[in-house]
Amino acid sequence: MTTLTTLDEHVLAIIEKNSRINTKELAILLGTEEKEIRDSLVRLEENGVICGYHTMVDWDKTGVEKVTALIEVRVTPQRGKGFDEIAERIYKYPEVNSVYLISGGYDLLVSLEGKSLKQVSSFVTNKLSTLDTVIGTTTHFILKKYKDHGTIMTRKHEDQREMITP
Amino acid sequence: MSENKKKQVLSEKCLGIQPSGIRKFFDIVSEMKDAISLGVGEPDFDTPWHIRDEGIYSLEKGRTFYTSNSGLKELREEIARYMKRTQGIDYDPIREVFITVGGSEAIDLMFRAMINEGDEVLLPQPSYVSYLPCTVLADGVPVVIDLKEEKEFRLTAAELEEKITDRSKILVLPFPNNPTGSIMTREDLEEIARVCIEHDLYVLSDEIYGELTYGSTHVSIASLPGMRERTIVVNGFSKAYAMTGWRLGYACGPEEIIAQMVKIHQFAIMCAPTTSQYAAVEALRNGDEDVAMMREAYNQRRRFVVFKLREMGLPCFEPRGAFYVFPCIREFGMTSEEFATRLLKEEKVAIVPGTAFGDSGEGFLRISYAYSLDNLRKALGRLSRFVDRLREAEG
Repeated sequence: MTTLTTLDEHVLAIIEKNSRINTKELAILLGTEEKEIRDSLVRLEENGVICGYHTMVDWDKTGVEKVTALIEVRVTPQRGKGFDEIAERIYKYPEVNSVYLISGGYDLLVSLEGKSLKQVSSFVTNKLSTLDTVIGTTTHFILKKYKDHGTIMTRKHEDQREMITP
Repeated sequence: MSENKKKQVLSEKCLGIQPSGIRKFFDIVSEMKDAISLGVGEPDFDTPWHIRDEGIYSLEKGRTFYTSNSGLKELREEIARYMKRTQGIDYDPIREVFITVGGSEAIDLMFRAMINEGDEVLLPQPSYVSYLPCTVLADGVPVVIDLKEEKEFRLTAAELEEKITDRSKILVLPFPNNPTGSIMTREDLEEIARVCIEHDLYVLSDEIYGELTYGSTHVSIASLPGMRERTIVVNGFSKAYAMTGWRLGYACGPEEIIAQMVKIHQFAIMCAPTTSQYAAVEALRNGDEDVAMMREAYNQRRRFVVFKLREMGLPCFEPRGAFYVFPCIREFGMTSEEFATRLLKEEKVAIVPGTAFGDSGEGFLRISYAYSLDNLRKALGRLSRFVDRLREAEG
């Protein structure tokens, strides 16, 4: 566990929304020196608190065909290993985006990206369902993304205020 | 008929009031479609969703009737609790707190409830545009105190004392300040409180930006010894909770004055909007985190704007409250209005000239940082280019 300083927390809050902001500007916003920011970033990267800098892409706005599915997976946990081994077997497939252990009616939630419905269903039937400990799967295809990672995808935010107010 | 003297249609008092300087500038801006603005006096955040949801829910439940004149009891109780936990002041939610249509209504009502013809209202400027006309409409005499940049636009006891006469009655204390971003510390207020008590002055403490201070928490003058009984605290939901359009404010103070303010409110307004009042209860109960989030965002932008202004060589003191920076543009030898008009025409950036808030705003601009960082970056880039060009032209 990494203990965060107040500066770390502020840095993370900002770059979680905008990872492209530079260290100079971060220093201005947080009222500190650029060196402090760089030290904080290096530390957070080394500790694995920052585990990547990604770009959010709305593929729906392009002609590129992509299909995303959420798959509920029920498994038999294994003695001594629990769910970890089966989770690892699943997340090693590159087409798998995320794997979560879930409380409730099923065990693992897997999100998957493919080029077509066919490709996704083939993954589920041929690879996922045939794993020894998998008891059953339910596949949900995503039809439309309204909001992802805190970002609303369906409309642009517009400033509706008057230009000048007292 | 023709022999009848023609009736004066309009009130002379009203005709005598100058239209707000901001209005004039607004008319120029509204002709420019593609201008970007740093001229807005309201938050850029939407009202937090849980607060809006509570307003919607109240409509669904059919809560569409008048509330009592003073406002919902549960809202007044929440306000009393808020004043207790933030300022340590006890107000009776029934007799000493009431709900208004924005803080602005409370300002108007206090003047009308207290002023007799010729009473003087001490008015520090630069400050919000409504104190002066509301004083005049209530037959009061505004006595302007010009605040000084050297003092970071704070009010000092000496400046106040200099303007006190036998007719002085109310001191307007507009801090954290729009347009300067200035705040008053506890020590500053103690000096002012001493003068108020000595000269039997009442205080209109406009604390609408009270939640937006950076590096220190806001102190209400009403929390100082001997001041509660001579202060009307005006506050509201517009700035702290990003609820400008809901039009909801409140006043807290001694029963004797509040009762008269409620009387006028009852005849002029009846009650503040019911939907807004239900939403405001939610804001006070569960809105602290939203306020903290917005305050941090404003604080970051504040540092950014001050840095950029200093980088382009425009002097400004570091504002500690509200969401404005007040840079000085005297070096260019033009009035604030000329500067703002040229900036608008040449770079399409709308910034309000300091003179919109009183003559002592001459030589300054009010820059609002209630904008996204991208917008600030773009607008300040244009301002910087404009300033460079002016300096080049001067050689």
